[in-house]
Amino acid sequence: MSNSTKAPGMGPETTAIAGIDAKETRFTKLARTQWLQILIVLIAIIVLFSIAAPESFPHWGNVRLIIQNASILAILAVGMTFVIVTAGIDLSIGSVLVFSGVVAAMVMRAMGGDGWGTAIVGIIAAILSGIAWGLFNGLIITKLKVPPLIVTLGSMGIALGLAQILTGGVDIREVPAVLTNSIGYGNVFGTVPVISVIALAVVVVGAIILHRTRFGLHTFAIGSNEESARRVGVKVDRRLIAVYTLTGGLTGLAGVLSLSQFSTTAIAGQTETNLNVITAVVIGGTSLFGGIGTIIGSIVGLFIPAVLQNGFVIMGVQPFWQQVAVGLVLIIAVYVDQVRRAQASRGGDAGVWRHLLARRRG
Amino acid sequence: MATPVLKARGLNRQFGHVRALDNTDFEVYPGEVTALIGDNGAGKSTLVKALSGNLSVDSGAIEFEGKPVVLANPAEASALGMETVHQDLALAPHLNPVQNVYLGREIMRSGLAGAFGFMDDAEMRRASRAAFDDLGATVRSLSNQVGSMSGGQKQAIAIARAVHWAKKLVFLDEPTAALGVRQTKNVLDMIRRVSDTGIAVVFISHSMPHVMEVADRIQVLRLGHRAATLDAKATSMEELVGLMTGANAGDAAA
Repeated sequence: MSNSTKAPGMGPETTAIAGIDAKETRFTKLARTQWLQILIVLIAIIVLFSIAAPESFPHWGNVRLIIQNASILAILAVGMTFVIVTAGIDLSIGSVLVFSGVVAAMVMRAMGGDGWGTAIVGIIAAILSGIAWGLFNGLIITKLKVPPLIVTLGSMGIALGLAQILTGGVDIREVPAVLTNSIGYGNVFGTVPVISVIALAVVVVGAIILHRTRFGLHTFAIGSNEESARRVGVKVDRRLIAVYTLTGGLTGLAGVLSLSQFSTTAIAGQTETNLNVITAVVIGGTSLFGGIGTIIGSIVGLFIPAVLQNGFVIMGVQPFWQQVAVGLVLIIAVYVDQVRRAQASRGGDAGVWRHLLARRRG
Repeated sequence: MATPVLKARGLNRQFGHVRALDNTDFEVYPGEVTALIGDNGAGKSTLVKALSGNLSVDSGAIEFEGKPVVLANPAEASALGMETVHQDLALAPHLNPVQNVYLGREIMRSGLAGAFGFMDDAEMRRASRAAFDDLGATVRSLSNQVGSMSGGQKQAIAIARAVHWAKKLVFLDEPTAALGVRQTKNVLDMIRRVSDTGIAVVFISHSMPHVMEVADRIQVLRLGHRAATLDAKATSMEELVGLMTGANAGDAAA
């Protein structure tokens, strides 16, 4: 009984507990937030391109193009942020997007007509298709306990395969004119794309749900410590199913927006969508290990590849460099996250930059 | 003598060839600190899991305030007013102390905002602060992540959470095992303050000095069986160690 004679754990902790929070100010806390660091990187990139190509890069027409191209991905990124915050992953979004678009196109073709009636039925069909896939993913993950990576890898193949079976592998190009004219190419105030306004609404509502409601809190709790959430009575399975279903529904919405924008189901056009969205979410500071993340970060993370691609094209640099640059940013972002997590688990709070500097000196 | 808050008779539980609980009896009285001690593998954690709804028993009866109950899951134990602080604390490291205290039992805003899932953060913050202060818990920040805090603060948060929700009984599984001297003293003070409010405390520990300091009654487990029940004032460390290890046989049942 060595314990009876000696007090356990006389570590340095006795002195260390003081002062952790004392020097924690609003500013240092803000500076540690990864999405702000990424925003600074984004602003730096924008400034560099603006200096390098002042004639073409920093103009509304070009900015509008970047925003428009990022809009559909932004909707997907909102759902993916929820999923990754729970320490999950959804590889199926690209395929589900295609599947939803195909279902919507077929329903609208069957109904015929170019009016809003047909369009609204198509929109609903797309969203319901996405919800069905999300529900499928969520149920398999929670009830059969198959890891999300595998479940969504499977549904990625199944959804794309079914989309090809439904269409015979040939893209459907008949889309009601009202969809393409009002949503696909429509503008608000004469110049802001309707698709971007829809995306902004999804981003704002998504951010409020994730950061302000009980549902969002439980999403973080599950990613942070699933077992503890379960023990205190959080309905973990139900929440996870809801998260995947939400992501599915948003992907369905993205499917019909894509259909409106491109007037085709673009079956072969979404093979890298899942990885692009995951990249954006992770660059934006959402941790693949769960429990950490912001919607705003994912959106900032989305614009880094988008701006790089646009800027490289404008400057005449081979656009392949965009992939190189994004890959590097991704790896650095995850490294920073690792350092941060290691520090948090050690109970220290020295900050990433100090750690990086310390390591270099050592 | 008063009715025990919780009483167990003849609990048995087998894991393969191991008899983790062997006809174990147990009781806890309101407002008392009952220490549960025993060597590694004596069945302390198994007993607490069985009593807190985390583990089903093969046979035996549990009574809550004199009435027979079946505790199929932790939620049923919670509903009766019993909370458990597990050895791993079961806090969500990325949430702040307030969110951890109220996780799964959030206070919602009134009216439409509440229906949409918005929480009354100000009220939860106020009540958490009050709960920490009542226990004398040293929680320096209510907005930082729990994961970045020291072991002592985490332990204080976990205990405060349990006490905040427990109306009758709190189980503490090795609450001082990973703490330094000063934190240990804080936790022991906290335990006394909890029992002063009339809540029964079951305190599992390896550490004889801690047990002697804080317990009213001591139950010794050995090989899954209750070896003895002792008044903490009328026993000695030597006697306890003897009972735990089986060096002196204790009561006839052992």
